[in-house]
Amino acid sequence: MKFSIQVNEGPYQHQATDSAYQFTKAALEKGHEIFRVFFYHDGVNNGTKLTTPPQDDRNIVNRWSELAEKHDLDMVVCVAAAQRRGIVDEGEMQRNGKDAENIAPGFRISGLGQLIEAAVQADRLVVFGD
Amino acid sequence: MSILHTVNKSPFEKSSVGSCLAHALEGSSILFYEDAVYAVLKGASIEPLVAGFDGVKLYALGADLKARGITDDKMIDGIEIVDYAGFVDLSAEHDKVQAWV
Amino acid sequence: MSEDIKKFMYVNRRAPHGTIYAWESLEVVLIGAAFDQDVSVAFFDDGVYQLLKNQDTSDIETKNFSPTYAALGDYDVTKLYVEQESLEERGLTIDDLMDLKWEDEDEDWAEKDSIRVVSRAELSSVLDQQDVIFSF
Repeated sequence: MKFSIQVNEGPYQHQATDSAYQFTKAALEKGHEIFRVFFYHDGVNNGTKLTTPPQDDRNIVNRWSELAEKHDLDMVVCVAAAQRRGIVDEGEMQRNGKDAENIAPGFRISGLGQLIEAAVQADRLVVFGD
Repeated sequence: MSILHTVNKSPFEKSSVGSCLAHALEGSSILFYEDAVYAVLKGASIEPLVAGFDGVKLYALGADLKARGITDDKMIDGIEIVDYAGFVDLSAEHDKVQAWV
Repeated sequence: MSEDIKKFMYVNRRAPHGTIYAWESLEVVLIGAAFDQDVSVAFFDDGVYQLLKNQDTSDIETKNFSPTYAALGDYDVTKLYVEQESLEERGLTIDDLMDLKWEDEDEDWAEKDSIRVVSRAELSSVLDQQDVIFSF
């Protein structure tokens, strides 16, 4: 079965992204397809490579990046939500005249249409939030 | 048609558990996870509401129960414990998932 | 109806302004309107506060997105379900809400109400009939 996942909260503050990660991993292990993971609201903060959690804690951002690499996941950060919260890739950096980018490996920034498409294409949309 | 309702907040913090229970139709299922697993504790004031549900199957996520020190003996009877794989199965078995965020 | 058209439901259970969920949810509805799905929007629990008249955020200096709900009709988003019990619990009636309209091109652009006040039981069954439920 084809799943799309929506993550509405950032790392560490809420358990939502932990739950979304565990769900996504379990779905992949069961042989399901993940069409897309879409990060919205503060969920876009999962996509910054600048997080540095203490060594004895999980690294939420890296964990997503590694899962994406292993399973060729499409992880999309909403551009409108990202612009508000300072999540920037190379293209956004140039477009908005910023001097840095911070997007973590495996994430890409794109429009809200990607969430709608994810819901159209997948058999199930599963939302994780506050 | 059937919905898997997912709830993730304590019934004492937010209205989502109560609202979900009020809207769940016969044949649907409810999964309590994250802080919503506190809703399955025996003896809580909302126990009659949770335990009195007919025609709606109730589940709780084992990892979240364990993290919060909720052992089987403290749980309302009749609630099935699932792991994340079980969460995935429930999502697949129902037509859609409604997240009571 | 073509089989690649899905019934999309956007669920709004949060009050506006205190958090960004209501506004960013509305942004999804507007973008989603371009995808030709069968769209409904539900307002219940604190979500009914999103539709109150006379919202003016000028003194808190946040974006006042409440006028945008009036534009939903132009985006062919014409089914706004508001739960009666949620209104009653909050001491509200339909008259406290914005008067949202859409123009029906099949009936010579007749103006129609977008808001449908439904009971909790009716709303539950509307939710049950959807293909996809978005929550924010």
